[in-house]
Amino acid sequence: MSKQINVALIGNPNTGKTSVFNQLTGLNQKVGNYPGITVEKKEGVCKLPRGVKAHIIDLPGTYSLNANSLDENVVIELLLNKNDKDFPDVAVVITDVENLKRNLLLFTQIKDLKIPTILVINMADRMKRRGISLDVELLEQKLNTKIAVVSTRKRQGVEKVKELIANYKNISTDPCVDTTVIEPEYFNGLKAAFPNQDIYKLWLVITQDANFVKLDRNLVKDTSAFSTKSKTELKRLQHKETVLRYQFINGVLKEGYKIDANAAKGFRASLDRILTHKVWGYVIFFLILLTIFQAIYDWSSYPMDFIDATFASLSEWVKETMPAGSLTNLIAEGIIPGLGGIVIFIPQIAFLFLFISVLEESGYMSRVVFLMDRIMRKFGLSGKSVVPLISGTACAIPAVMATRNIENWKERLITILVTPFTTCSARLPVYLIIISLVIPNTRFLGMNLQGITLMMLYLLGFGMAVFSAWLLNKILKIKSRTFFVVEMPSYKMPLPKNVLITVVEKTKSFVFGAGKIILAISIVLWFLASNGPSDRFDNAREIVTAQPEAENLPEGDLETKIASYKLQNSYIGIAGKAIEPAILPLGYDWKIGIAVISSFAAREVFVGTLATIYSVGSDEEETIKNRMASETNPITGEPLFNLASGISLLLFYAFAMQCMSTLAIVKRETNTWKWPVAQLVFMSAFAYLVALVAYQLIK
Amino acid sequence: MTIANLKRGQKAIIKEFSTDNIPIKLLEMGCLPGNEVELLQIAPFRDPLYLNINGSFLAIRRETALQIEIDILESKSV
Repeated sequence: MSKQINVALIGNPNTGKTSVFNQLTGLNQKVGNYPGITVEKKEGVCKLPRGVKAHIIDLPGTYSLNANSLDENVVIELLLNKNDKDFPDVAVVITDVENLKRNLLLFTQIKDLKIPTILVINMADRMKRRGISLDVELLEQKLNTKIAVVSTRKRQGVEKVKELIANYKNISTDPCVDTTVIEPEYFNGLKAAFPNQDIYKLWLVITQDANFVKLDRNLVKDTSAFSTKSKTELKRLQHKETVLRYQFINGVLKEGYKIDANAAKGFRASLDRILTHKVWGYVIFFLILLTIFQAIYDWSSYPMDFIDATFASLSEWVKETMPAGSLTNLIAEGIIPGLGGIVIFIPQIAFLFLFISVLEESGYMSRVVFLMDRIMRKFGLSGKSVVPLISGTACAIPAVMATRNIENWKERLITILVTPFTTCSARLPVYLIIISLVIPNTRFLGMNLQGITLMMLYLLGFGMAVFSAWLLNKILKIKSRTFFVVEMPSYKMPLPKNVLITVVEKTKSFVFGAGKIILAISIVLWFLASNGPSDRFDNAREIVTAQPEAENLPEGDLETKIASYKLQNSYIGIAGKAIEPAILPLGYDWKIGIAVISSFAAREVFVGTLATIYSVGSDEEETIKNRMASETNPITGEPLFNLASGISLLLFYAFAMQCMSTLAIVKRETNTWKWPVAQLVFMSAFAYLVALVAYQLIK
Repeated sequence: MTIANLKRGQKAIIKEFSTDNIPIKLLEMGCLPGNEVELLQIAPFRDPLYLNINGSFLAIRRETALQIEIDILESKSV
């Protein structure tokens, strides 16, 4: 294998960096995680002229090398670590032609690391409309680099980028700015103490102490040679450095970059006026939310029904075609229903990410943040909490990860803690089946009663999130410096390819991430329900047939009785019986108990568990709903799923923290078990209490 | 005078910060003494403020705006 060129794509957010990445690599990319942290790592391969290959990493967007978050740390860690296998041979800094001045700040920092750095000026298609003119040759000369002017929208200039990457060795590695002039005395001291180190790298290591994860800080451990500056002083120097860099940039752009201030400002301004209007802004936001929910719960029901039916017949087919035995049962009763339980969520997740990605790409999401910030702050949240709370209706995992750009730690923590209350798509199958069992399918005030119930559950989840945020805001004594800066990008038509790739990536990571857990649990459950510790399980047929009342039973009823006797004496049955006293006051029997317990791994397991429990030993192809409807309460003898127990279950699922993956993510994002454990205990205790009260009141 | 005193459509020049705690991110986005700032929109409930600072479009909260001292350039009614 010939040597690959390592390329790092770096740039501010909203510069179209991902579009450049997508066009360089096509679909030839993979998304993973950086080891130990949940920052997405996107890499891809790009074929260059003359058979050379480039390995391209799309680094998280950052405004500078002064890292504020985990995502931004990734950038600086890679750039400071020459031994990293991904250390770039060449850096490609992507800038937006409209924000060139600001974007160049990052460019000068990277260049000062003495890494060959190519400048890509993106969004060239907007130059005419904005009255921008560029003197590329002059800029190349002043910045001492090579420039590619690119329009990813019009697919222009990407070939030039490839060519520059292939010839990266011709690019000068001279720095742009001499940082040491901001305080010569201090930097001379540093130089004397560490004669072998690059001074700018040293400076970055010293100033970036805030969140360093793994960078070797031994570099500056021995500070006896000089006294390290206090944090405030370092900050003052960073200010000076920023001013210095802007002076340099202003000098560069003075002649090479002209913008006609009067050109086409109108579009942004008039759209902003409507979208952030004190009435219309909220109306439009509400309508957009309504459309999203409509899509998630109405439009996606068609593909979901199809998936459901397909897996049911697949299961049936396996049973008929394969020879009877344990393996067939495992496949037909464990694996296929388990897989079905994962695949069925794909339409909803895909729809949600489709909308979120369109809203983000178009620039609208920032306006929502702007519009909602003041209101959200009343509850201890930030305008930036809106995105996680909306994403939470698909899945709490990406939602918790989406809190990363909330600068204020307290606001971020509260957002993380309350997000699991929003009704994620995993609750939906539970809601749907129970609602269809206990809520009459009639109309009330012209609206479908079942639909109203579903909507109430959503409002309940959201209300609870906001209420607990308010509560946490009162309780938590965290002093954190509040600051809030949101970039308001210009409005753009989302690029279909970018949207598509996002949707595919997010859906894939759900299927393989959450899917693994669901599938594993389905198989374990199947095993526990199909095996038992004692003779009573193995000899169920003989025992039941020998009972006097079994004699006159018709064939079908006898089989059911045997199956149910078997189930009661399986591992799962024994466990269920053991916890029955705790859940009887909520109106559940031991089978529901098993389903509730197993859904602490993941909520959607509930229906799957009941399906597994009921289908084990049953030969008839009966819908799970009919099976549930025919269950009776062991004490009252009435139908098990009635209004009281149904409402109790709905409320339990609305509030309980039943998702291992979310807990794991919260642990990672807060870096302690304290918060996930608090979430688990508080939410589940609250759920139990509410379910208990509801059942006792209604029954 | 601070950015919080600006009216919609008004422009000003940033003079200085009344605190040491101005986030570095804000500086990096061009919020530096000597640069021009224009107030574009005020969110409902008067907070946050939507600004054009030196060609960068961004929103900050009123509490941060109160710490950025300015000289108002011109009055322009909208």
